[in-house]
Amino acid sequence: MYTSFYQLIDFHSFYDMYYKIFESLGLSSSASWMSYLAAGGSLSFLAINLLVLATAFYTWFERRTIARFQVRRGPNRNGPFGLGQPFADVIKLIMKEDTIPTEADKPVFTIAPIALLAPTLLIITVIPIDDASFLATLNIGILFIVGITSVNSIAIFMAGWGSRNKYAILGSMRGAAMLISYEIPMALGITSVLLISGSLAMTEIVAKQDIWFIVVMPMGFFVFMAAATAEMSRTPFDQIEAESELGSGYNTEFSGIKFAILFLAEFMAPIVTSAVVTTLFLGGSQGFDFLPGQAWFVLKMFVVIFILLWIRSTWPRLRIDQIMGFAWKILMELGFVNIFLIAIEVAVLMDPVTGLLTSQDLLIMAAINWVFTILTLVFLANLLGKRNYDRPDPVPSPLANMQPKGEK
Amino acid sequence: MYGLGLIKGLGITMKNLVIPSRQFNVYQYPNKRATPWDLAKINNSKPFTYIAKNPLTTIKSFVGLVNVEEKLPQHPNFRGEEFAWYDNRCTGCASCAKYCPLGIIKIVTGTSGVNSQEGQSYDLEVFDIDIGRCMFCGLCVEACPYDALHMGSGFEEAQYQRSNLVIDINKLKSAEKKPSTWFRPQLVNQGHDPISGDTADWRKVGRHEKPSQEDQSERWAKR
Amino acid sequence: MTGIRTEPVTVNLGPQHPSTHGVFRLRVTFDGEEIIDLEPVFGYLHRGTEKLAETRNYTQIVTLTDRMDYVASMSNNLAYVRTVEDLSGIEVPERAQYIRVICAELQRIASHLMATGFLLNDIGALATPLIYCFREREKILDLFEMLCGARITLSYMRPGGVFQDADQDFWNALDILIQELPHYLDELETLISKNEIVLARTRSVGVLSDEDAIDYGVTGPILRASRVKWDLRKANPYEIYDRIDFEVPIGVEGDTYDRFHVRLLEMQESVKIITQCITQIEKGSIRADVPYFIRPKPGETYQSVEGPKGELGFYLISDGGVSPYRCKVRAPSFINLTPLKKMMLGWKMGDLITILGSIDIVLGEVDR
Repeated sequence: MYTSFYQLIDFHSFYDMYYKIFESLGLSSSASWMSYLAAGGSLSFLAINLLVLATAFYTWFERRTIARFQVRRGPNRNGPFGLGQPFADVIKLIMKEDTIPTEADKPVFTIAPIALLAPTLLIITVIPIDDASFLATLNIGILFIVGITSVNSIAIFMAGWGSRNKYAILGSMRGAAMLISYEIPMALGITSVLLISGSLAMTEIVAKQDIWFIVVMPMGFFVFMAAATAEMSRTPFDQIEAESELGSGYNTEFSGIKFAILFLAEFMAPIVTSAVVTTLFLGGSQGFDFLPGQAWFVLKMFVVIFILLWIRSTWPRLRIDQIMGFAWKILMELGFVNIFLIAIEVAVLMDPVTGLLTSQDLLIMAAINWVFTILTLVFLANLLGKRNYDRPDPVPSPLANMQPKGEK
Repeated sequence: MYGLGLIKGLGITMKNLVIPSRQFNVYQYPNKRATPWDLAKINNSKPFTYIAKNPLTTIKSFVGLVNVEEKLPQHPNFRGEEFAWYDNRCTGCASCAKYCPLGIIKIVTGTSGVNSQEGQSYDLEVFDIDIGRCMFCGLCVEACPYDALHMGSGFEEAQYQRSNLVIDINKLKSAEKKPSTWFRPQLVNQGHDPISGDTADWRKVGRHEKPSQEDQSERWAKR
Repeated sequence: MTGIRTEPVTVNLGPQHPSTHGVFRLRVTFDGEEIIDLEPVFGYLHRGTEKLAETRNYTQIVTLTDRMDYVASMSNNLAYVRTVEDLSGIEVPERAQYIRVICAELQRIASHLMATGFLLNDIGALATPLIYCFREREKILDLFEMLCGARITLSYMRPGGVFQDADQDFWNALDILIQELPHYLDELETLISKNEIVLARTRSVGVLSDEDAIDYGVTGPILRASRVKWDLRKANPYEIYDRIDFEVPIGVEGDTYDRFHVRLLEMQESVKIITQCITQIEKGSIRADVPYFIRPKPGETYQSVEGPKGELGFYLISDGGVSPYRCKVRAPSFINLTPLKKMMLGWKMGDLITILGSIDIVLGEVDR
């Protein structure tokens, strides 16, 4: 039942449906392009609304979870369990005045929120929530994601530049530097997945995960996760906003509906990222039979989101130079090492005739990779740990001369 | 080892998430979303019997539609608004007005014509306290030699206009008197608790009761 | 890289900024992310406390001192009240002195908790450590409510003692607090001071050498973080500190990490002091027989205490009247701001915020 419902939400089934409708209306000459448009419209309507609604509930979930970590209650006034809170927020933001600074670069300032929101929305079309994605099976799904997320850095720079505010410019400069740097480890993490799956299609990647790729290559997962956290600028990499330093970073000057859209894009990023992580590393919709595939997918997404929130509520922020150093000095190297390792393993283990890896091969790879990952991490930790993390005992300064009264 | 501290930190935040006693004591003022357990406690019944008896309320309360009034528990010593002033005890000496650092107490007195043997007592014509500028330091209460003025216990005196914040003599006379036990050891000894709603009579609040008419006349006669 | 033209940018940090701890303003010139020049501007919270004191009598000024360092009112009260007692020669009963020391140490813990929490918030920990700190601070504020009916602006002390004895509720609650607090402080230390990100952000950042610290007149935890073992509670024991055994923690090199670690250690010491006070305190009078209108003989005096932020001193001149002729406050936050440029130049924007946070200023005290 679920699969049949899901197969309806697919570009081709929409297309066929509209084609039949237009044909029956006697528009067979132009039915082709009209149904193409109508199907696209319907699909985007569905995808956007689904995602916006999911984001609304995600903000509620995030606020409640972080509140619990911070031994507070979180929003619980509007509606049952405070579930009405996101809608109240949106209504408030829409009703606020939409100001544009006089010195701002108006077109850039206006387009920036849309430019930030659009790529995030587009990603969901290639995520296979079950056997197929919204765009059926786009055969270069992962490439599409890598390409489309790069637009983010431009949008953030547009927002900062258009505001003509020094804080915003500082934030967006940091953003441009950071996002571009972290694209590389992210791509490296994805590449290691592709080496095993042998396909760029998201559905294929899911199908190849007889053993989840997080088990097969923990290092790749670590690299990808760290890079993805930076890409959506969450703690410990939230330099773009850095509310204690820059006020609010690139969105300092935004208000009203523009801010709402920026906010939406920003809070949509964790959902989309966790969906990508689930697809690439956690076996997508795979699971036991008592729950449908979509439910497993959402469950795994929530686990990823929870871990992200856990990290967000615990760790402080790194400085900008430390973040860049982490990207170029550690993450990129780890990514390269991981790729070499996987490539060698694949070359040795792959069946030369069929070009396939059996689950036994994957298990062997997992064993090697886990040992290797732990050894590397321990080695790295000790290498870094040698730097001054144990301090000498304090020595009182000779300049101090504290003598209590009555003592010599 | 490098990185271990990060993982320990994650452990501590998780511990704070899981253990209920680590949670903040959150009081949802002015009304609290009640759980069935709260409702059972209020109605003095066991949770399960309560749930069995009132299934509809239980479902409502799970969804968060049942509200109970709640207030932050305060100590009786709390220096609150709504000064408790006892005109029977007040002599109009204006010590409070004199000690107020901001000078926000205004007192006008006149002679009353009674008790002329004792040199007449004062009639209070005006007794204004401008709560809008008051900082609740309590110096006026400390200064009162006859224990006529007390701090109050409330904090819900918000008004739309500043002029409404001035408490005049009629308001002070007619107000429900819930004196704080701040700087009044005699009230502490009596176990007075204004937060739970105890009011205090003018005879109770003093260090010593004002002598009755008979006492006065007796003493007068003996002298 | 030659060929790319760059120019420094001046940013106005404050007075409305989430991390300037009030209405502090810094005009900072950045070269990219690096600080090349800065100029502190303050006075946005000036309320003329010192001038107002000249029109109040000596008891009423207690309420003014509450509002200077509004996270540590007790210490302000203690410093002021001690000055008046010295000026007019009032002997304070012993029980009052013990209660005053207990209050001052509780207030020190509360203030340091707030400083630590906000420093972590400045580093970017999304308020989690801050709220853990506030949870503990809340318990101390509850104690103050039991003691004197207010939580922040306490006005608890009077020349000659304290105005009201602590009742049994207070002592019971204090016992529970003292038992629980060290455990929470340990947890805080594990959460913060062993966290590698915090270490990376704070170690060797904004170093203030011991010579500079002394030259700039810095006091309090910042001075002690710069290895200078100087604590007025030991150096010039006031109240009953000479009967109490405690350590003066010092830092290793005077960086941001030391400044906040010294505070963590000091909180442990304060717990020790309170424990000793509870065992030593005896029944007795809590207030000397002092009139409401104190008229000290003409003269002048300066008395100081070791407040949470540093040496907090009051200088009073009496002309024999009911109110002082002049009241001058030596505000530690204000003087601790002087080496700001020395600490910050050459560091990045993120470090600016952490260094400012580690100084722990309260603008009510800086501007007075």
